[in-house]
Amino acid sequence: MSLESLYQDIIIDHYKNPRGRGLLQSPLGTAFHVNPTCGDEVNVQVATDAQGGLQIGYEGTGCSISQASASVLYELVQGLPASDAEKIRQAFVELMHSQGHAEPDEEVLGDGVAFVGVAKYPARIKCALLPWMAFQDAEIQGGLMPIADTIQG
Amino acid sequence: MSGIDVARIRADFPILKRTVRENKPLVYLDSGATSQKPFSVLDAEREFYETSNAAAHRGAHQLAEEATEAYESARAKIARFVGASPENIVFTKNATESLNLAAYAFSNATALASQGASVDPRFELKPGDSVVVTEMEHHANLVPWQEVCAKTGATLKWIPLTDDGRLDMSGLPDLIDSATKVVSVVHQSNILGTINPVAEIMDMAHAVGAVGVVDGCQSVPHMPVDVREIGADLLAWSGHKMLGPTGIGLLYGTAEILDSMPPFLTGGSMISTVEMERSTYAAAPAKFEAGVPMVAQAVGLGAAVDYLVNLGMQEVAEHELAMTEYSLKAITDLPGVRIIGPLDARNRGSAISFVVDGIHPHDVGQVLDNLGIAVRVGHHCAWPTCRRFAVPATTRISPYIYNDFRDIDAVAEGIVEAQRFFKVAP
Repeated sequence: MSLESLYQDIIIDHYKNPRGRGLLQSPLGTAFHVNPTCGDEVNVQVATDAQGGLQIGYEGTGCSISQASASVLYELVQGLPASDAEKIRQAFVELMHSQGHAEPDEEVLGDGVAFVGVAKYPARIKCALLPWMAFQDAEIQGGLMPIADTIQG
Repeated sequence: MSGIDVARIRADFPILKRTVRENKPLVYLDSGATSQKPFSVLDAEREFYETSNAAAHRGAHQLAEEATEAYESARAKIARFVGASPENIVFTKNATESLNLAAYAFSNATALASQGASVDPRFELKPGDSVVVTEMEHHANLVPWQEVCAKTGATLKWIPLTDDGRLDMSGLPDLIDSATKVVSVVHQSNILGTINPVAEIMDMAHAVGAVGVVDGCQSVPHMPVDVREIGADLLAWSGHKMLGPTGIGLLYGTAEILDSMPPFLTGGSMISTVEMERSTYAAAPAKFEAGVPMVAQAVGLGAAVDYLVNLGMQEVAEHELAMTEYSLKAITDLPGVRIIGPLDARNRGSAISFVVDGIHPHDVGQVLDNLGIAVRVGHHCAWPTCRRFAVPATTRISPYIYNDFRDIDAVAEGIVEAQRFFKVAP
């Protein structure tokens, strides 16, 4: 397995040029998650705009995978209704549990498809999932977690 | 390079023949986490199961007798290895359990005293008492003491570090005082590599009547350690970092201290008499070994001790020093790479942590892994030490008897490869 399959250019780009990094003025929910085995940290905040779209704030320190994942998360769900964001979150989690055999849908996951190689490295899956777990937690704390019916419908 | 023949040693370790990550020869530099095992250890465990397997210290049949003999002769071997008597060696699950056993002696004695039981006052903690550790402890020698303090109201204090990764001994006379009830320090840091002056610190502990504990996880496998020289009341270490199996740890204690400590895990084997209302306990070490013991692991560890004794621990230490000197130079020669820990090999072990500018330690470790080089990444269960040096994590090499300079050269080349891959100009 080549390093390039794990660290696709898209991941390195998000790591070196994170999109939308920074915290919100008035978050509805905030979640600080750490990976206790390595010390990676990410703080994810959620709020909604006037149209009900999600506003995402984040900061963190850690490896390229965890920090690029936070940037991709921002890019994918910023401005979306929570129910649409939840479909993307679930697709990303599913991709990470695919052991690298999935063919991710770029329509849904955008730059997130670049993480397909990460799923082959069990020790790094947690890194990729860290911001997404924090995102889910922040939504729950902010009362923004959509109920299952909304997602199915 | 040193008195030991690495090529001959490598032939004894079957795992070193395998390849990883698409046919790359394995370069194993994570012995600080766990060491690999020679054939003799694997064979000893297998032979025990094939010929003498039974529950030790129970039953009167021949196999039970043989299992008991195997277990106790392993204890005697391990005791001799550190200059102790067999009755001073307690088998535990791992070094973390050994340190918890020590810490629980304090919280249990304090709880028993509050119920009016008679306990050795050295183990009874009250608000105002202090527990002293260092800022370079592995979590296993920090978190249990935090818990003891939370349960008893005692105060946790720590010896701070200098910028070059040594203990700052200047404030010690104020830190270890009449309020100090226990001083628990690491002998050789698993993250910084520092070898601490534990004998001196134990003397200071004893001068104020405190119990002295040493975490020897990284020292006992790598250098001659004699309990009479370091003067600790309790010394904890693990079997699996010294060529032995997982699932077995050690706690050395002086007879007087082990006798004074209340038991930790309770149940079968550790009792003298049992009635429905109360029990009395066996003498140490049995008092601390509840349940059916890990006989096969003890036998395997006995074989590991034989292996190390056969090499000679002085020779092992010389090899360690040669590896340390070579690695320090190889890593400091690289631009954009910084070692976290002492830069001179004096009083320093071969575990070396470093950070590469512009590349997270995980990503460095991943590039090395891709080249077949196994290192540790993260905070090494010493998170406060990372904070002290303002790094989120480090990459760590930790060689052992089966590593040579070529393995270190491979790491240096791998670091340069990581800098190239992540496009950081050193």
